[in-house]
Amino acid sequence: MDLGKFVRGNDYEWRIEPKGAMRVPGVIYADQALMEAMDDKVFEQVVNVASLPGIVKAAYAMPDAHWGYGFPIGGVAAFDPDLGGVVSAGGVGFDISCGVRTLHTGLTLAELEPFKHALADALFYRIPAGIGSTGTIRLSTEQMDAMLRGGARWAVERGWGTREDLDRIEEHGHMAGAEPASVSEQAKKRQRDEMGTLGSGNHYLEVQHVAEILDQDTAAAFGIERGHIVVSIHCGSRGLGHQIGTEFLREMAIEASQHHITLPDRELACAPINSDTGRTYLGAMRSAINCALANRQILTHLTREVFKSVVPAAELTLLYDVSHNTCKVETHVLDGKPRQLYVHRKGATRAFGPGHPDLPDSLRAVGQPVLIGGSMGTASYILCGTKESEQRAFSSACHGAGRSMSRHEALRRYRGRGVVDDLAGRGILIRSPSMRGVAEEAPGAYKDVSIVCEAAEHAGLARLVARLEPVVCVKG
Amino acid sequence: MPASTPIARWEHFPHDADVGVRGIGATKDEAFEQAALAMTAVITDIDLVQAREQVDVELDCVDPEIQLTDWLNALVYEMATRRMLFSRFSVRIDGAHLTASAQGEDIDVMRHHPAVEIKGATFTQLKVARNPDGSWVAQCILDV
Repeated sequence: MDLGKFVRGNDYEWRIEPKGAMRVPGVIYADQALMEAMDDKVFEQVVNVASLPGIVKAAYAMPDAHWGYGFPIGGVAAFDPDLGGVVSAGGVGFDISCGVRTLHTGLTLAELEPFKHALADALFYRIPAGIGSTGTIRLSTEQMDAMLRGGARWAVERGWGTREDLDRIEEHGHMAGAEPASVSEQAKKRQRDEMGTLGSGNHYLEVQHVAEILDQDTAAAFGIERGHIVVSIHCGSRGLGHQIGTEFLREMAIEASQHHITLPDRELACAPINSDTGRTYLGAMRSAINCALANRQILTHLTREVFKSVVPAAELTLLYDVSHNTCKVETHVLDGKPRQLYVHRKGATRAFGPGHPDLPDSLRAVGQPVLIGGSMGTASYILCGTKESEQRAFSSACHGAGRSMSRHEALRRYRGRGVVDDLAGRGILIRSPSMRGVAEEAPGAYKDVSIVCEAAEHAGLARLVARLEPVVCVKG
Repeated sequence: MPASTPIARWEHFPHDADVGVRGIGATKDEAFEQAALAMTAVITDIDLVQAREQVDVELDCVDPEIQLTDWLNALVYEMATRRMLFSRFSVRIDGAHLTASAQGEDIDVMRHHPAVEIKGATFTQLKVARNPDGSWVAQCILDV
C-alpha cells in the first residue's frame, strides 16, 4: 500500500482524512511493515465503508486487514440507527459468527504425550470434518427453530455441555433477537445434516500447549500456565450461515437503490437498520450466530467424549468463546454520551476491557480473553481486551494472520503429504480427509500471526497473554 | 449434454483467502457451464466425478451478472443439500430465464478427496461480458 495516502497518528495508527463521499475518517492499526505489505484494496474498502450512511467515528481496519467483500476482512464499523445507519451483510460475511473457543484440559504436555497419537486418531474419527461429512444430530423443524433461538444455551439444555460453559461465551451463549422465521427454508435445509460439524478450509480443532506466558497476572486470572494443554475449535455457522450470507448479500445489493443508497461497491450491500430488509437480516443473522454457538457447543461435547475415552484424567472447561464475523448492538460512549450502535466486526474480534458489564463475574476484573487462531501448524495467541481498546475501535482486535499466498499458489508450492510429514517431524500430528486441503492450508501460506498480535498490542487493541503451539490438528 | 466448442475452457484466478472461477465459451451459456466446471475443480479433480445422476436448475434474474452468481449459488445449494459433486453442465439462458441440468454423483470422500467447501459465489470480481473476439467470459470469486 502507498503510505503517502495516510496521515500517521503514531507508530501504529494510520489515518485517512475524510474526503469525497467519506463521512468519517478511516483508521488502520498496524506497524509500518504490515501497512506496506497490505493490499491496496484495503485502502479502497476502508474509504468505501467510511462513506456508508450513519457510520460513526471512523471506519477501522485491524493489523491483519486484507481484501474482503465490500468491507475489508479485519474491518470494524459502527452505525447509529438514529442517523439512518445501515446494517451490511458484506460487513458480517458468509461465515456468520465464525469464531474460536478455547478449553482448558487440566493436562500438561508431558501427561498428554503418551496419548497423543491415540487422541489424534480418535478426534479425527469422532469429529465430523471436511466436505461430505455429516453430523449425527438431525433436527426437526421445531428443534431447528429452538436451536436458532437458543444457541449454545439450547445445546446445554439438551445435555451437550454445562451451565458454566454459557458464562464463558459471548452473549452468554445465546444471541437475543434471533428470528428463525427470517431464516429461509433453504438455509435450514442446508443446515439439516451439519449440526456438530467442523467444516473445511481454515476451520480446525487443535490440541495445543501453552508455550510461553507473556502476561503472568492475566494468564493466572485466565487459569493458564506454561506447559498446560488446551483445545481450540475454529468454525462458524456452517451451511445455514453461508446461505443467509448469500441470500442477503444479493437482496441488499439489488434493493440498495430503493433505499437511495449508492453502493460504491456492490459487495458493500447494506440496508437501513430501520427497514424491513435490515430488520429481517438482523433476525436471520442473529439466528446464525446462535447456530454457530450451538455448533461449537456440540463440538465441545464430542471433544469431551473423546478425551474421556482416551485420556480419562482430562477435564475440559471453557476458557472463552469469541466470534469474529458479527454485527452486534452495543453501548459505546461518543462525545460523552452513551449511544446504542450496531457494530460490525468482519474478521475482527470483540475485545471488551476490564470492568465491562457483559463479561462474566470471573473475568470482569481482568478483561475479555481474545483468542487469535494461527494457521495449521503455527502458533496461536491468547490476548486480553484493554480499557483503551474502547477508544481505538469500539473494543475490537484482529482475528488471525490472513493468507500470504493464494490457494492456487499454495498448491503449486506444497504437497499435503510433505506438510503432514514435516509437521509430524516437529511433533505436530495433522489429521485431515484431504491432502490437497492440507497443502492449501500449509503454514507457509499464511502470514506471521505473531507480528499481527504484537501490532495489536502496540496499537492498544488488546494485550498479549500467552502463545500456544499446536500438538494435534484436525482439519476439514 | 451438447459438445463444447473449441474455445470452451475454465480457469482459476487467485484472490487472497478465496478463489476466482472463470468460464470462457463461444456463448454465454457455454461460459456459464465452464464457470461451473471451474467451481467443481476447486473442490476436486473433475475427472473423478462420474455423471450418474441429474439435477435440474431453473432460475430468473434480470441482472446478467447476478444471474451468474445465482447459477453458481444454486449449484452450491444442491451440492450441500444432496452431498453431491457435479462434472457436466448444460445451460440455456433465455434473457432473464436460465434452465440447466447438472450431472454428477454423491460425494465419496475416499475417492474424491474434496479439498474445501464452497460457502457461496460472491459479487467480487463479478463479470459476465462478451470479449472483442466474440467469446464470452463469466467469472466471480468464490468464498471457500
